Amino acid sequence: MSEQLQTLEPIITVDDLSSKRRLRDLPWWLFAILLIAVYVVFIISSNENYNKAFVFIKAGLYITVTTTLKSFLIALIFGLLAGLGRISKNVVINNIARFYVEIIRGIPILVLIFFIALVGVPVLVDGLNTFGYWLADNGVGFLGKVFTAVTNKDISMNSRAIIALAVTYGAYLAEIFRAGIQSIVKGQTEAARSLGMSYGQAMRYVILPQAIRNVLPALGNDFVAMVKDSSLVSVLAVRDITQVSRLYAGSTFRFRESYIVLAVMYLTITVVLSLLVQLVERRLKTHE
Amino acid sequence: MSNSDYIIEIKDLHKYFGSIKAVDGVNINIERSKVVVVIGPSGSGKSTLLRCINHLEEPTSGEVWIDGEKITHAAKQINEIRAEIGMVFQLFNLFPHLTAMENVTLAQKVVRGRSKEEAKQIAMEKLQRVGIPEKADVYPTNLSGGQQQRVAIARALAMDPKIMLFDEPTSALDPEMIKEVLDVMLDLAQEGMTMVCVSHEMGFVRSAADEVIFMDFGKIVEHTTPDGLFNNPQKDRTKLFLSQILEH
Repeated sequence: MSEQLQTLEPIITVDDLSSKRRLRDLPWWLFAILLIAVYVVFIISSNENYNKAFVFIKAGLYITVTTTLKSFLIALIFGLLAGLGRISKNVVINNIARFYVEIIRGIPILVLIFFIALVGVPVLVDGLNTFGYWLADNGVGFLGKVFTAVTNKDISMNSRAIIALAVTYGAYLAEIFRAGIQSIVKGQTEAARSLGMSYGQAMRYVILPQAIRNVLPALGNDFVAMVKDSSLVSVLAVRDITQVSRLYAGSTFRFRESYIVLAVMYLTITVVLSLLVQLVERRLKTHE
Repeated sequence: MSNSDYIIEIKDLHKYFGSIKAVDGVNINIERSKVVVVIGPSGSGKSTLLRCINHLEEPTSGEVWIDGEKITHAAKQINEIRAEIGMVFQLFNLFPHLTAMENVTLAQKVVRGRSKEEAKQIAMEKLQRVGIPEKADVYPTNLSGGQQQRVAIARALAMDPKIMLFDEPTSALDPEMIKEVLDVMLDLAQEGMTMVCVSHEMGFVRSAADEVIFMDFGKIVEHTTPDGLFNNPQKDRTKLFLSQILEH
């Protein structure tokens, strides 16, 4: 009996250790989230109140997705330009880029959304309109029409929300691009320039391809963050899932159903996207 | 116009980094097809001098003339002039996101405006010339140091440069790979390429150099021939340096 135990013990310990470690390494947090999601899906399909809330809120999904995608695409352009501006040796460009980044990063996103949508855009459009009328008064009516064609009435809250999110995230993405570009060793620029490439050519063909590859995971993370921050556009009455949930909760007083469904919707999107980002990150690493 | 007997003219060149005088009043004239090797202790300003020739460093004062054109403070044509001056770096500086072939074709297409086919054909010639045509589709990370440096040489040669600059091209290489790079350089020298090399390969100095420049503290201590350097060094500083590097 005792002999048997002695021979068994070490075998058990070895097995036990590795299986323990395997258990510890499992993504329990993910299982927990999946469990919640499955549970909520079950409630939605079985409970009439949850079902109604879900069907109502689902209608906002299109706006949430399109707003995020459009804003992010524009933000990528703003971010790349501002990021290039931040490393520019031209004092004027450099300071404009720095000014933009610092101002945006110094103000809460919620305040920025109010400001850009309700102050920034109207003031800019009014200014352009006034300029257009002035041009028309001075005999260049065809040019004036370009500036008076769009008035504030024509710009929907949804468009303003997209502009606001894009301008805001552009500043954050600028810092990602800047860091990415600066992470490429100086020798790369020197090699490109020594072959006769201009600064722009060296950037485009040598530096940016490497830098963008390096910052892909960071960009992905910011995209996930933007999905969440897109909920802020609800303050402009844009009917994304957050706004629709608020409307539903307000009219039916079913707060619990509305916000549980809403939270799980965001959670599902962000977890799936985060896992995708991790996957991309891992693939980039193995291909290095 | 300046005297076009010389392909490179450096006149009273100074380059300061803050209070450090990296290059301190250098005058050099280099004739076509000459191979000039610059030697000297580390920090003597050799690399900075070389980098001033293609304006990777902007001189603090003085003039650099390439083939009768003044390049100092001529930002506009600098890209055209640089395309005529190939440079090979200590750390190769290949573009890691491109294959060997793409490394050699990129600037041909972008700077020289050559067609894809033409650039590829020239690239293949150059890769053959440096002895690694079979590595055309390989990425730099999968090449040895010696192979990377040879691709870098092919990349520079593909631009049909008038001048080649070598900035310690073998310093980062394992000993067994130094020869393959030096062989390529020797070949180039024999074909009449104008070369300026910062290097401590005394074998290369002996067999390929027409002139040797010994620098210390940003100044030229001695400008002589290989024979003059090894057999008849004039300055004590040169003798000391030679004794230090030739002792073993």
